[in-house]
Amino acid sequence: MVTLLTESGEHEVTGAEPSTEALWCSARDALQATGWEAKPEGLCKGDVCVPLPAGRARELVDGGRINLAALSRHLGQPAVRSERGHVWVLSESARERRAVLASLEAPDFALPDPSGRMHRLSDYRGKKVFLVTWASW
Amino acid sequence: MVIAVAMDSREGDPLPWIDAAKPTYPTLIDREHRLAELYGIVNVPQAVWIDEAGRIVRPAEPAGAYEGFRQMNRATREMPEEVARRTAQAKTLYLDAIRDWARNGERSAYAFTPEQARAHLPAVTEDAATAQALFRLAQVLIRRGERDEAERWIREASRLHPDSWCIWRQGAGVTELGLAAQPDFWERVDGLGAKRYYAPVDMPGMP
Repeated sequence: MVTLLTESGEHEVTGAEPSTEALWCSARDALQATGWEAKPEGLCKGDVCVPLPAGRARELVDGGRINLAALSRHLGQPAVRSERGHVWVLSESARERRAVLASLEAPDFALPDPSGRMHRLSDYRGKKVFLVTWASW
Repeated sequence: MVIAVAMDSREGDPLPWIDAAKPTYPTLIDREHRLAELYGIVNVPQAVWIDEAGRIVRPAEPAGAYEGFRQMNRATREMPEEVARRTAQAKTLYLDAIRDWARNGERSAYAFTPEQARAHLPAVTEDAATAQALFRLAQVLIRRGERDEAERWIREASRLHPDSWCIWRQGAGVTELGLAAQPDFWERVDGLGAKRYYAPVDMPGMP
């Protein structure tokens, strides 16, 4: 089992083997954790499709499974993992972060309050929000 | 409305402060520093102004903070009068600006136009993006008790993203007051030289 952190949160991927190189996931786990799925046109997330690299398709897709680590590298996104490969974090590239910020649409997030209740920024749409950070340290 | 977010990986640390503040607004806890990833936050207090339509009016910037502490006497914790004045000025000016925006919205002199907002966006480098991913990785490892490895990743994250005081201070030891202000903090601050600890804020009259 591998713990996988993505933009959508933390996922336990039961079918994946810890590895420091590859992160092979079932189609279902890949879709749930990252939104990516294999289609005839390549790998797709929503309306966006990326063709599989010629001659290297098997590095990314194999018998219904997707290697999310290889996909991240192919997309130029950070893919970092623990030394044993049992925890992986896949995130967005700086280029994608910059594009989102340049749109000036405030990126949504979900964070807990002290009672554990989750709040989304988008819950407060319709009000001006002064989003301020602080820390105990 | 105010949404206050504690950039605190040790979940319990901000609770006494939240209890004492008795807030009337949501106070959230961001253990993995997601806001750093999404908004380019590198220090606290930094704030983002977001309008009713969910659009960024002022990107991440220091929220009324002035780095007067750099000129304080570290033995007596006393601050020269002029520095104390500038510290108070930064806070007052910033709070007045928020109130002005709350009342006047886009007509406020402190609300950036979209062009101005874009020009003030924080720089996000590939190394910074990797650093924030490593920071999240480290937090998962800490929750699993794998602290030694986690600390190595936090050090690597800080090396990749040296401008982030959030990463560095969260990885540093704390004083008996819970502040990441041991001698290595002061060394790092002194190492800034002419560089600011809080980035300059583009607001008339701001020190």
